[in-house]
Amino acid sequence: MIHLGESLSGIRMKKVLSFVTILLVSVVFAGVGLAKDVELIGAGATFPYPLYSKMFDVYAEKNGVKVNYQAIGSGGGIRQLINKTVDFGGSDAMMSDKEMAEAPAPILHIPTCAGAVVVTYNLAGNPKLRFTPDIIADLFLGKITHWNDPRISAINPGMKLPDMNITVVHRSDGSGTTFIFSNYLSKVSHEWNEKVGSGTSLNWPIGLGGKGNPGVAGLVQQTPGSVGYVELIYALGNKMPYGMVKNAKGNFIDATISSTSLAANTELPDDMRVSLTNTNAADGYPISGFTWILVYKEQNYGEKPEQKAGEVVKLLWWMTHEGQKYAEPLQYAPLSKRAVEKAERLIKSVTYAGKPVMK
Amino acid sequence: MPGNDTDDISVELQYPMALLKESATPDVPTKIHARVKARWKSGFSESSFRKILYFTGVCVLVLLAAIFLSLVIASFPAIRHFGVGFLSGSTWDPVRGEFGALPFVVGTLIVSFLALIFSVFLSLPTSIFLGEYFTRGATCTFIKSMIELLAGVPSVIYGFCGLFLLTPLVRSLEVKLGVAPYGVGILTAALVLSVMIIPYSASIGREVINLVPADLKEAAFSLGATRFEVIRKVILPYARSGIFAGILLSLGRALGETMAVTMVIGNSNFIPTSIFSPSNSLASAIANEFTEATGRLYLSSLIELGLVLFVITTVINVLGKVIVRQMGVEG
Repeated sequence: MIHLGESLSGIRMKKVLSFVTILLVSVVFAGVGLAKDVELIGAGATFPYPLYSKMFDVYAEKNGVKVNYQAIGSGGGIRQLINKTVDFGGSDAMMSDKEMAEAPAPILHIPTCAGAVVVTYNLAGNPKLRFTPDIIADLFLGKITHWNDPRISAINPGMKLPDMNITVVHRSDGSGTTFIFSNYLSKVSHEWNEKVGSGTSLNWPIGLGGKGNPGVAGLVQQTPGSVGYVELIYALGNKMPYGMVKNAKGNFIDATISSTSLAANTELPDDMRVSLTNTNAADGYPISGFTWILVYKEQNYGEKPEQKAGEVVKLLWWMTHEGQKYAEPLQYAPLSKRAVEKAERLIKSVTYAGKPVMK
Repeated sequence: MPGNDTDDISVELQYPMALLKESATPDVPTKIHARVKARWKSGFSESSFRKILYFTGVCVLVLLAAIFLSLVIASFPAIRHFGVGFLSGSTWDPVRGEFGALPFVVGTLIVSFLALIFSVFLSLPTSIFLGEYFTRGATCTFIKSMIELLAGVPSVIYGFCGLFLLTPLVRSLEVKLGVAPYGVGILTAALVLSVMIIPYSASIGREVINLVPADLKEAAFSLGATRFEVIRKVILPYARSGIFAGILLSLGRALGETMAVTMVIGNSNFIPTSIFSPSNSLASAIANEFTEATGRLYLSSLIELGLVLFVITTVINVLGKVIVRQMGVEG
């Protein structure tokens, strides 16, 4: 009989298809079978991502435990932790009391390193300017409109400042950098606290928005007479000019890695949910802040085996001790001794089914 | 009788049926079996093909409905909290939890329509040029491919070019005019967007202009019309609805464009006061703030922005289709 519609190539096609299907299915199942090593998953802040990347690389080599960290933003990290889809979250902004109350279980804030926010500007000759807290607040509130304003000249004697309009540049996306900056301004300016407040996203009274540190930097570098704020690491890496800031003790401090670490030389609360801005430390840079790893205090959730909880605690201990030596080469500020002591106490309080994980 | 039954079977099966008829051994069960099998096969493939087509059509509708529903469900906390005031509120304050979509809606509409006006000045002449003057040959192919290449450039690249090439130019213009020299703002965003959306209206415009019947044009020429008059009075009126449909497509693209706009629009959450002022668009606001948004109200307000954009795009598309149909009826 004549076969209609069935040709020799059709039969061959069927054979090839079925072979490919079998191959794919076996690959998928083989992959599943190989995933036997412990793997930890974290998500959150983008600010410490380069440091965490290096730390987790080294940790995987030394201890064989792979850590997968996705830099989706502090908000995303907190969300994923609350949804219990990750083992730990990363955040530049500490959770508010309201957020802590809405979480399903108590969450610990373990600091890993500190960062600073600098005020950068675009002026001819890249002068090293000095700022006081009220000047910064008024700049970003739009109350100081020209660079040759007498208040700026008063604390920068001998500098020829031009009669240029000040263009304010801020972040258009939510970020921990904005949190640290606005937290500082809320503390030093009553008007800022009333009008704008502190948070990762703000209702900026004036200015252009750039996306990410590169966006702000790009706009500042392109617009003569502009002023903006970026992470210290970013400013150092891109050789951007930034100003010295007067801290609470009255000293004009230049932002460096050591002055950022020194900002933590104050009374630190036990739960480490502390903002380092406007620090009391004499040599501390006032616009600094910790970045934290967030974990649940009680690790027995979502069918998590006890071994995994142990790995999480070991990772946190390593990050706050041996891992700290990777911070400075990458221009992150390592934790001060006092901060490490508090972190140790917090890590030791992590429990599994009521019993402390760390013996 | 076998002869009568061949009408029911499709054409390609009649040859083997004829062979069967001519075969030496008139095996009746085999013939019936073959006929039934052939009819079953052709009928089966016809109806199943139609069913698959219906199914894919329904799938698209279901997907669209699912997108709309998921937007509505996710923005429910914000809808319940703000009500209709969300659309008229002009404050976007994540710290205090006050959210209003008006600055973004105004920014989106102004930038998109301005970009459309700018792009029509470039795409309509291009369509006429390629549809009427250079319809074939190397020049035509070259220009056509370049225009289509415009559509293939990633929007981030447009954003970069806008930020590093166009912004300084706009800034020097602003300095000359004595306005605040931001460089970024509505004008820059509209210019960048207008280049991005040229391919959509140019390609469709060119096709419809090409399809204007030759006898209409020749009749006009024979009556003594100049080329320009033929274009103005014969070609454009005939192709009007198609050109407008292409413009509508590019408007839809402009409304939803995110990356290029967010890099050059200035991201200022206030209602713009002039063509040089910075602004913000719905898509740009969502893209900027979504990852860091914490808190149910904040998140659902952002999703409600997406819902507003969806509704605006749908309304404009429906209105546009109505206008296209009107134009087609008159033309």
